[in-house]
Amino acid sequence: MQYAILCYHDEKVVTSWTRAEDDAVLAKLAAVHEELKAQGRLGPVVRLLPTTTATTLKKDREPPLVVDGPFAETKEALLGFYIVDCADLEDALEVARALGRANPGGSYEVRPVGLFFPDERAS
Amino acid sequence: MSRGTGWIGDLLAAARPQAVAALLRHFRDLDRAEEAFQEACVRALRTWPEKGPPRNAAAWLIMVGRNAMIDAARRTKREAPLAREEAIPDAGTGQDATVARIDEADYRDDILRLLFVCCHPVLKPTDQVALSLRIVGGLSVGQIARAFLVGDSAMEQRITRAKRRIAQADVGYEVPGPVERAERIGAVAGVIYLVFNEGYTTGIAAEGARAALCEEAIRLGRLLQRLFPTEPEIMGLLALMLLQHARAGARFDDAGEVIPLDRQDRARWDGVRIAEGRALVDKAARHARPGGYQLQAAIAAQHARAQGTDWGRIAQLYAALEHLQPSPVVTLNRAVALLKAGQAEDAWGLVAPLASQLDGYFYFHGARGAILRALGRADEAREAFAQAISLANTAAEAAHMRDQLDAL
Repeated sequence: MQYAILCYHDEKVVTSWTRAEDDAVLAKLAAVHEELKAQGRLGPVVRLLPTTTATTLKKDREPPLVVDGPFAETKEALLGFYIVDCADLEDALEVARALGRANPGGSYEVRPVGLFFPDERAS
Repeated sequence: MSRGTGWIGDLLAAARPQAVAALLRHFRDLDRAEEAFQEACVRALRTWPEKGPPRNAAAWLIMVGRNAMIDAARRTKREAPLAREEAIPDAGTGQDATVARIDEADYRDDILRLLFVCCHPVLKPTDQVALSLRIVGGLSVGQIARAFLVGDSAMEQRITRAKRRIAQADVGYEVPGPVERAERIGAVAGVIYLVFNEGYTTGIAAEGARAALCEEAIRLGRLLQRLFPTEPEIMGLLALMLLQHARAGARFDDAGEVIPLDRQDRARWDGVRIAEGRALVDKAARHARPGGYQLQAAIAAQHARAQGTDWGRIAQLYAALEHLQPSPVVTLNRAVALLKAGQAEDAWGLVAPLASQLDGYFYFHGARGAILRALGRADEAREAFAQAISLANTAAEAAHMRDQLDAL
């Protein structure tokens, strides 16, 4: 089963990291990524730019409305996500725990994937 | 501690905006807030070398600055009949516990309040900027004077006058409501960009206090954008700072010499910051309300292009900027872009009339030299580079000009 691990954190904290702090977190995460990769179960990994770069299309009306900013102004924002093959929820939580040890703070929302279209870009 | 003797200075400079802002919230008086901060710095210089830095430098400085002022007030009031209740220090309160309770998030509002006070409409824009650089940025009067191309004593007077006006006016130390906020946003944006520039133009060491100014300015820019999410100029400002700062790691060589843009190692540019800056330029463009920051950010985005810089496009963007905000420095930049686009004659046509306005400006003579060289007027070019050297602000600038001179 595929699980999405959605990363939520206080963006003000994350964007205040110095380059060195950021590199240190990425290096620790890389070790966890490598392990998952070696097991052949690491799917796409995405880190999003800060919510200040976000634009929201409200499509509950016609024509849709384009609004500056993220969908929801929350203290902890969606900053990125993983797709990982996991046996069950407990397995997915174990992966999330390992990622959390490398990158403490904030929350991971663990959520099964319903439909997944593989990457079919030209390059 | 292997950071050398400057580490305390770096910490104090980085903590300054937060600390002074919180002290202003407490004292509601710029002079007292500054005095409290200075006193805290004196104590930091006395105790940190021995004890090491506190975990949260800003919180430490706020606590110590507050207590120092309260102690001083108590001393001067010893013979007064009654001390006001708030003047009595929290004797016995463990400092660490109190420090831990100070919420990081409070600092953001404090800094904005501080900026609004420094950018108050009772002040002229130039005084707003000067006061903010002094109070928020903690720059010396001399540094601010150089940023403004004026003398030290003139700047000293200007800052003193600005403080007096703030003290006399009923400025209100609360963060203003939505309407007034929007009115002051331009002044605050200008101040943030000047803070950034002060860090950018002198920021050699990545870890130095000057580079921290750039980070602080970017943080303030993000904060401002969250408060005003639909203002394209704020997006432009943030984009501009991100795109310029993205090149920080490539701007100086190991000897501290300036590396011109075309010779920078692009692998050392920060791709994530460039992507973020570009995304913001894009987002702002959707509003179809161009402004100075947006145009400058678009220029910076051109410089950050992986496929190389399109100088013709940059000259166009400078022309648009010149139309919107006429200034001899913008004209000078447009001329440099034209020179790099291979139009040295046109560049000279723009630069020659600027002499009376920019004669004391390092970059003017550097650019003049480059254009004259391209036109084959070597003797005049030599003279221009020599003049640039005499006006250089840093050793790196002078060294770069000497290279130009040697290459002739």
